[in-house]
Amino acid sequence: MLSIKNLHARVEAAEILKGLSLELPAGEVHAIMGPNGAGKSTLSYVLTGRQGYEVTDGTATLDGEDLLSLEANERAARGVFLSFQYPLEIPGVPAMTFLRTAMNAQHKARGEPEISATDFLKRAREVAGQLKMDFDMLKRPLNVGFSGGEKKRMEIFQMAMLSPRLLILDETDSGLDIDALKIVADGVNALRSPDRAMLVITHYQRLLDYIRPDKVHVLAAGRIAATGGPELAHELEREGYDKYARAA
Amino acid sequence: MPAVKKTVDSVEALERYQHGFITSVDQEFAPKGLSADIVRFISAKKQEPEWMLEWRLAAYERWLAMDEPDWAKVNYPKIDYQDSYYYAAPKEKIGPMSLDEVDPEILATYAKLGIPLREQEVLAGVQGAPKYAVDAVFDSVSVVTTFKKELAAVGVIFCSFSEAVREHPELVKKYLGTVVPASDNYFACLNSAVFSDGSFVYVPPGVRCPMELSTYFRINAAESGQFERTLIIADKGAYVSYLEGCTAPMRDENQLHAAVVELVTLDDAEIKYSTVQNWYPGDPETGKGGIYNFVTKRADCRGDRSKVSWTQVETGSAITWKYPSCVLRGKDSVGEFYSIAITNGRQQADTGTKMIHLGEGTRSRIISKGISAGRSSNTYRGLVSAHPKAKGARNFTQCDSLLIGKTCAAHTVPYIEARNGQSVFEHEATTTRLSDDQLFYVMQRGLSQEEAVQLLVNGFVKDVLQELPMEFAVEAQKLVAISLEGSVG
Repeated sequence: MLSIKNLHARVEAAEILKGLSLELPAGEVHAIMGPNGAGKSTLSYVLTGRQGYEVTDGTATLDGEDLLSLEANERAARGVFLSFQYPLEIPGVPAMTFLRTAMNAQHKARGEPEISATDFLKRAREVAGQLKMDFDMLKRPLNVGFSGGEKKRMEIFQMAMLSPRLLILDETDSGLDIDALKIVADGVNALRSPDRAMLVITHYQRLLDYIRPDKVHVLAAGRIAATGGPELAHELEREGYDKYARAA
Repeated sequence: MPAVKKTVDSVEALERYQHGFITSVDQEFAPKGLSADIVRFISAKKQEPEWMLEWRLAAYERWLAMDEPDWAKVNYPKIDYQDSYYYAAPKEKIGPMSLDEVDPEILATYAKLGIPLREQEVLAGVQGAPKYAVDAVFDSVSVVTTFKKELAAVGVIFCSFSEAVREHPELVKKYLGTVVPASDNYFACLNSAVFSDGSFVYVPPGVRCPMELSTYFRINAAESGQFERTLIIADKGAYVSYLEGCTAPMRDENQLHAAVVELVTLDDAEIKYSTVQNWYPGDPETGKGGIYNFVTKRADCRGDRSKVSWTQVETGSAITWKYPSCVLRGKDSVGEFYSIAITNGRQQADTGTKMIHLGEGTRSRIISKGISAGRSSNTYRGLVSAHPKAKGARNFTQCDSLLIGKTCAAHTVPYIEARNGQSVFEHEATTTRLSDDQLFYVMQRGLSQEEAVQLLVNGFVKDVLQELPMEFAVEAQKLVAISLEGSVG
């Protein structure tokens, strides 16, 4: 599904990714762990097409298609979704309106018909129910005045509604208490399927108790320093990132 | 190529201003320049009574002694008032005409602008489509006013200003210049001397006007100014909603539009006045051409419990200088001002409102949303004042500015004068920049950059858009989008 080869990227003058390679097959969940400043968020922005992140070398393809030459919205239409570490507030735009606009933009880009208001509403109620969200929250301007936990839940809600193929979760556990974390993790686990792949970026092992990864990669100093099974996350939790940071 | 640059390039290739065409029609002009004789010429053309001419001439004398104001935050070269035509009219007979008598070129112009002049077309329109009466003003004259009969049946007078002077002199004499005196300011005074046409509305006591009224102003002739005059009176307990729209061709020279609008509400009456202003803004790169929109709009809430609500969507003009105001004279009268002012390219806007609380228990509300993009400058200037007698006056003001890009400017200049201890004035102001973070977030969900800007801007102006009459809100929303195309970069 996702194939990254020798990826180099810079933000302004600083090179952040220095030859990162990663294979993420469909149906799998991979965790990316690493110390602060290792380039975890940069990786998520480079994959989703944020401006200001310049790729200087290497490739990233989704099912063989070059991702890096596409605009952010074109990548979204091809099923790339990023759950933001700090979701943005959109004043004056109700969450429902926002999501329906986004959904229809994606449908249009893929040449699919628009979703009807009734179907949209029905699906929104279903998903909100699964995530134990107050439906009225969807009528409020997106994320405005939401708590950290509410914002994260709203990200997962959008993810479930948009039904992407490549799911990137950037520090989804930050700002969540244990109950909210369980609900969010259940929501994410419900989306696991043989034709989807997930990249779970996290600083702590805690989230991985709930979202069990197939593989864990250690990102240090701009490249993958080690790859292992779920047990690697526990080792990192015990011993820290020092060893990898030094080796890099 | 980065996305931003690409968007900017592709949008620049489009023609932004969509109403910039010129209508070829036989017109007659007054000789260029301004003098007492020109004032006489205009008055004679309109077959005005002597009192009207005298009023004009007195204004002209006053104007000669006045200086052009320079306090607004706008820059423009000195205007040569002798280098312009003060009267331009299609060669038609004077007075109300049937549609068959109107030059087909002019009818085609309004059709192209989407303004319905044929009543049967409005009536035969889509089920549930808005039905509204139109007064169409083409350069210096009103060419047609629709639905007059139907309105007359309930006693509502809706006609061109020239016709009102001839047909309803008692009403015009009673109210003209009582809200904006001829000598009020430089541009209002100029207008009082040379005003050409505009709309007149009178709604009798207790009548709720059965449809939206609207006037559509079109400047067509080159090197000419437009000086229209509008007077709306809502008698006791009456209600009317009125909308004004305006466009002009793209021309390299600057054209002056100096209008005066006077509103009067008596006891328990209400006027809702909406403007969608889309004059040609000039070339976005060089700043060449465009309309100077120097307008005086004021409402006198003369009656107790009366109400005036101004809603404006300002997207056009090279320079906007305009402060729709309310004099809250009547006890418990209410004034409202909702504004969206968008500047892009090289546009300059200095706009806002004045809420003058004279009566007890008067209330006012100001919601202003300024959006600046390109190399434009956008200033909100507002005055809220309370007279010693205006006990219990209340005002709430919210001024929000949104900056798009790094080369535009936004300013907020509020004046607050409370001259009694029992008034409560609240003022809130924010300035934000459309952030790259927000744009990326929205694009990551699947919207293109242009769509993302539109969504964010629509969210920003939503409080004001919802004050517009429903049928125009959609139009205004589209206009907002067009005005900001290519503004990110």
